[in-house]
Amino acid sequence: MLKINELKASIDEAQILKGLNLTINPGEVHAIMGPNGSGKSTLASVLAGREDYEVDGGSVDFEGADLLDMDATERARAGLFLAFQYPVEIPGVSNINFMRAAVNGKREHEGKEPIKGKDFLDMVKEKAKLVELDGRLRNRSVNEGFSGGEKKRNEIFQMAMLEPKLAILDETDSGLDIDALRIVSEGVNAMRSPDRSFLVITHYQRLLDYIVPDFVHVLVDGRIVRSGGKELALELEEKGYDWIKEDVTA
Amino acid sequence: MAYDGKDKVLEEVTGKSYEFGFTTEIESDKAPAGLNEDIIRLISAKKDEPAWLLKWRLEAFAVWQTMEEPDWPHLNYEKPDYQAISYYAAPKQKKQLNSLDEVDPELRRTMDKLGISMEEQKRLSGVAVDFVMDSVSVATSFKEKLAELGIIFCSMSEAVKEHPELVRKHLGSVVPTRDNFFSALNSAVFTDGSFCYIPKGVRCPMELSTYFRINESGTGQFERTLVVADEGSYVSYLEGCTAPQRDENQLHAAVVELVALDEAEIKYSTVQNWYPGDAQGKGGVYNFVTKRGICHRRSKISWTQVETGSAVTWKYPSCILKGDHSVGEFYSVAVTNNAQQADTGTKMIHLGKNTHSTIISKGISAGNSHNSYRGLVQIMPSAANARNFSQCDSLLMTDTSGAHTFPYIEVKNPTAQVEHEATTSKIGEDQIFYCLQRGIDAEQAISLIVNGYAKEVLNQLPMEFAVEAQKLLSISLEGSVG
Repeated sequence: MLKINELKASIDEAQILKGLNLTINPGEVHAIMGPNGSGKSTLASVLAGREDYEVDGGSVDFEGADLLDMDATERARAGLFLAFQYPVEIPGVSNINFMRAAVNGKREHEGKEPIKGKDFLDMVKEKAKLVELDGRLRNRSVNEGFSGGEKKRNEIFQMAMLEPKLAILDETDSGLDIDALRIVSEGVNAMRSPDRSFLVITHYQRLLDYIVPDFVHVLVDGRIVRSGGKELALELEEKGYDWIKEDVTA
Repeated sequence: MAYDGKDKVLEEVTGKSYEFGFTTEIESDKAPAGLNEDIIRLISAKKDEPAWLLKWRLEAFAVWQTMEEPDWPHLNYEKPDYQAISYYAAPKQKKQLNSLDEVDPELRRTMDKLGISMEEQKRLSGVAVDFVMDSVSVATSFKEKLAELGIIFCSMSEAVKEHPELVRKHLGSVVPTRDNFFSALNSAVFTDGSFCYIPKGVRCPMELSTYFRINESGTGQFERTLVVADEGSYVSYLEGCTAPQRDENQLHAAVVELVALDEAEIKYSTVQNWYPGDAQGKGGVYNFVTKRGICHRRSKISWTQVETGSAVTWKYPSCILKGDHSVGEFYSVAVTNNAQQADTGTKMIHLGKNTHSTIISKGISAGNSHNSYRGLVQIMPSAANARNFSQCDSLLMTDTSGAHTFPYIEVKNPTAQVEHEATTSKIGEDQIFYCLQRGIDAEQAISLIVNGYAKEVLNQLPMEFAVEAQKLLSISLEGSVG
């Protein structure tokens, strides 16, 4: 699915990722944890194709294609989805119209006709149930006036609509109360399948109680310094990141 | 009927039937360059106008000569040489083309993108069309239906002949000839335009669009429009066209007057897409328009405009809220790209008690363009309990474009409530990236964001117009964000 090899990336001349290696196979859920400033969100942005970041070295293979050679739209259409840490508001553009444009973009890539109105609405209804996104939120402008929890639920709704091969969740748990966290996680879990992979980026172990990962990686200073099973997250929760940092420098 | 369409065509073709009766030696269909009393007499004679109208034109000309071209707008252009322009040319037949293949491919590409049908494309670009019976019958039944209701909708020239009392009563009543430099010029030399009258209590059942106007003979550069809605009537009027309009004339100075009598309502929608010049700003139309409406008791005038064309736009559709409880509205989207300049806005003059006005202006600047909102809200001493709400937003697409806001507020009655909100923002990189990450391409992302931004205004347009206007916004901004 995804093979990252010695990835180096910087923003404004400051190198953030310093040789990152990670392989994700179909159906796997990987969690990336790490202290603030370790490069977690940079990794998400670089994989999604944000242009503010400069890739200085390494390679990323996505489903047999050179991911770094594709622009952000192409990556999305090829099946890479990023659930934003801070979902963006687009005033005056209804959620529904936004999703229709997105769904049709993907269909165009697959050589299909634009989706029919009724099929689209049926699909919206079905997917909205996953995250309890009611009609009011579906018809409002994209994320405008949404609460923190509503924005995150909207991200998962969009993910469900686009049925990606690889979904990157960038600190999806930040700013969520316990109910919203449950709804969002259930939505994600419902989408787990043998041919869909997830990369869950989080600062806290809490989210991983709900979305149970197959692998946990610890990112420190732009490199993955430790990998393990889900129990690694619990160990981190107990001992804190300083433990790993000391371990690494020692 | 004294007037016959065939005769008119004949007149246009020969151009000689109405030349008798004056002393200049002009014989050709195009007047020599320059403006003087003889030229005005020529125009009036060519159009077989009554004496009062000629007198009116000459007075306007006398006033114009004492006036100076305004230099207060935030516009930088070379002032036209008014003596180098020819002020009369018999309406030219558009050059007939044999097929759409002969049309400028750039124009065709844009029309395709706008979703304009083949038939319509042919009509707009002057391709010879075998007259489809349908389109003829649509126009005919349209005209019959209007006549049944007593609605008059015709060219200004026709109105002068057929309804002189109405024209004489209202022409210049809202925009006096001496109002400004361009209105004086227009009054002296206007060649044609549209006239519309809705009788008392009649609700016009369809959008009146110049598209359907029969006997249209080219809009001309000095267009004159007069819409009169009698007591308790309603009309929605559409002006312009989303299709790109090329014009040889660089200077356009139109005047539009609206009269809403007691309890009448006029909705006036415009899409302006004149040639904006090339990316360096060469060529392009200078559009200096005076548009104003007067509202009598409990009446309402609503202006909606989508301005994407012209090299220079100078335009302030305004409302004089004379009658008590009258309402004025102005909804505007102005897009400038490349080297375009726009100085546009509105004036709301509150005279009556309990008068309300709303101003929603959305400017979008791309390329190296400059886009200014200029608006006046004036509450006169007589206007007790007047209210205004203004919202002026500017969206910058590039670092090299400019957005400017010049709001003027004059309140002379202490019971007034005036609100003004203004924002300026740069199109969000974050918004674009969010769209891209969802698999939407850059062009469509900008289109979505811009149309969302302008939605409040686009929603005011009649349905079929709104769809085209949305596409037009996207096309105008193509490739504007790097």
